[in-house]
Amino acid sequence: MKAHGHWLALPLFAWMLTFLAVPLGLVAVYSFLHRGPYGNVVWELTGANYARLLDPLYLTIYALSLRMALAVTAASLAIGLPLALAVARAPAKWRTPAMLLLMVPFLSNFVVRAYAIKILLGSDGPLAALLGAFGADGVSLTDSPLAVWFGMLTNYLPFMVLPIVVALERFDFTLIEAAYDLGATDGQAMRRVLLPLVRAGILSGCLLTFVPALGEFMIPDLLGGARTMLLGNLITEQFLKARDWPFGAALVMLLVALMGAGFWWQQRWEADG
Amino acid sequence: MLELRNLTKTYAGKPAVRGVSLTIGAGEFFSLLGPSGCGKTTLLRMLAGFETPDAGEILLDGERLDTVPPHRRACNMIFQRYALFPHLDVAQNVGFGLALRKTPRAELKTRVEETMALVELSGFEGRKVTSLSGGEQQRVAIARALVMRPRFLLLDEPLSALDLKLRQKMQVELGRLQRRLGLTFVFVTHAQDEALSLSDRVAVMSRGLVEQAGTPREIYQRPASAFVAGFIGTSNAFAGRVAAVDGEALTVACGLIGEVRVPLAQAPTAPKARGAAVRLLLRPEQLRVHDDAHGAPALRGGSAAFVVRLTDVLYRGATYELLGENPDLPGLVNLTVTAGGGAAPAAGDCLTLVYDPAEATVIGAEDRA
Repeated sequence: MKAHGHWLALPLFAWMLTFLAVPLGLVAVYSFLHRGPYGNVVWELTGANYARLLDPLYLTIYALSLRMALAVTAASLAIGLPLALAVARAPAKWRTPAMLLLMVPFLSNFVVRAYAIKILLGSDGPLAALLGAFGADGVSLTDSPLAVWFGMLTNYLPFMVLPIVVALERFDFTLIEAAYDLGATDGQAMRRVLLPLVRAGILSGCLLTFVPALGEFMIPDLLGGARTMLLGNLITEQFLKARDWPFGAALVMLLVALMGAGFWWQQRWEADG
Repeated sequence: MLELRNLTKTYAGKPAVRGVSLTIGAGEFFSLLGPSGCGKTTLLRMLAGFETPDAGEILLDGERLDTVPPHRRACNMIFQRYALFPHLDVAQNVGFGLALRKTPRAELKTRVEETMALVELSGFEGRKVTSLSGGEQQRVAIARALVMRPRFLLLDEPLSALDLKLRQKMQVELGRLQRRLGLTFVFVTHAQDEALSLSDRVAVMSRGLVEQAGTPREIYQRPASAFVAGFIGTSNAFAGRVAAVDGEALTVACGLIGEVRVPLAQAPTAPKARGAAVRLLLRPEQLRVHDDAHGAPALRGGSAAFVVRLTDVLYRGATYELLGENPDLPGLVNLTVTAGGGAAPAAGDCLTLVYDPAEATVIGAEDRA
């Protein structure tokens, strides 16, 4: 090793190798094996699991998962960017409390939050009461893709906001004044100066939202009823209910490939800057 | 012509600008000079449109300017740290405003090239602005503003980020550029040497007010207040009272120094009533050493004299800066003498100082400095 200090990364490297690379390698191996009659794994190589991935039934689940993850990411961005701007532009004394408020979701129990949303959207919840006041009786929004979308949105919003806030804190807002001075409208200053310069933060936020949203299984379970089956649910089901580990492993490989595509897309966009 | 009428701005209860009225002529190099917090930057930002005045108005050739949003104002600004767009190259930075105006590509290209040639940046078109030196970034900022053909240019301490040598070079270039273009420059600075050497006229500001506006010579030679006298260069102030007033001069009784007759032109703001408390101001270079041995400068009729004992001698190469004391004077007396071939002054020397009352300035005794 030429540079000093490289050996300091060794423990991290060992950790990653033991708990990430090795298990993922095992999953990769499993994905080429058979399921035995009693849910055991038969050590015999086959490509059948990958052929099964293309089953039209599963294709609709992938499409639904992708659509859900994209919808969550888009909504997070639409809410997160103005929110991040407000936090970054807030007077210094408000910035720390605002950041803390953003983190509150991380500090409370996930199941409690999920049930709170369930109550909020349920048929005897405040939202239903509000709709009832306008004549729409007995509306329940829970146990629906909409509830899943809303649950994921509240859960992942901080992942979108925080990287953008970090990018905005390094942004020199005099540049916006310079743009106005040269004749830019609000929209032009945003598109031509602000967005190109905080693009890396926005891309990170999108990736940090999109990738976990794609593999999410708890929120669809708790808020989607039995009706919303996403890729994450399909995988858990293969491992826990169907006891088809090899097919579950093939699904994991698909998910890893999709996430890898997301990273590749982000890297490419960042390199364009 | 740019007219500022009674402009006022308050931030969270703290007045930043308190009723400023100024007229800036077309083609004038006008400086706003003052210490930090005096309101000069707020005034500049009101001209640019980044701040809205609480009261008062701004007129450009008779038309209201303060109600026009910043992106529609016919002025451009050079920012203190230049505020160049780091994601664009030099030519894209310079052409930014023209591109927003949907200028045809050929015209945009010619105008960008012309302006870059004007600031001696030809050949830098494709460079990244982050790879440029401070002086080069400064030129890009100037070109980016000039290419818009503004009716007036605002400069917010544009030289303060440069080192001394480069700052002096850019001072000269900025002055040349302004004369060549005949463009109105409104220049904000806290450096008195910049304001004095570059400007046609200077407004000295303090605590949100204009203390004095005038040519650099007027401001230096006839400061209107103790603040101006203290902020621009060094001044010796002697307390006194008005002893007599006639049509031509004010006679001031100044304790130790005696009675001094100062032409009225040198005391425009001083109270003219007998017995009023005033200050007599003398610049360090207006005090001369009376040398009996060599007989020069002679103690002429009308000149006044007093004695000091030197406490400090600072050698500046071409000159000496001397500090002297006299038990009857509060504080130290500053004087500047040419460093000639004779014996060097030394601490402890007693000197007789003479000066020409026609050069002295009299102001009111109100203490704001």
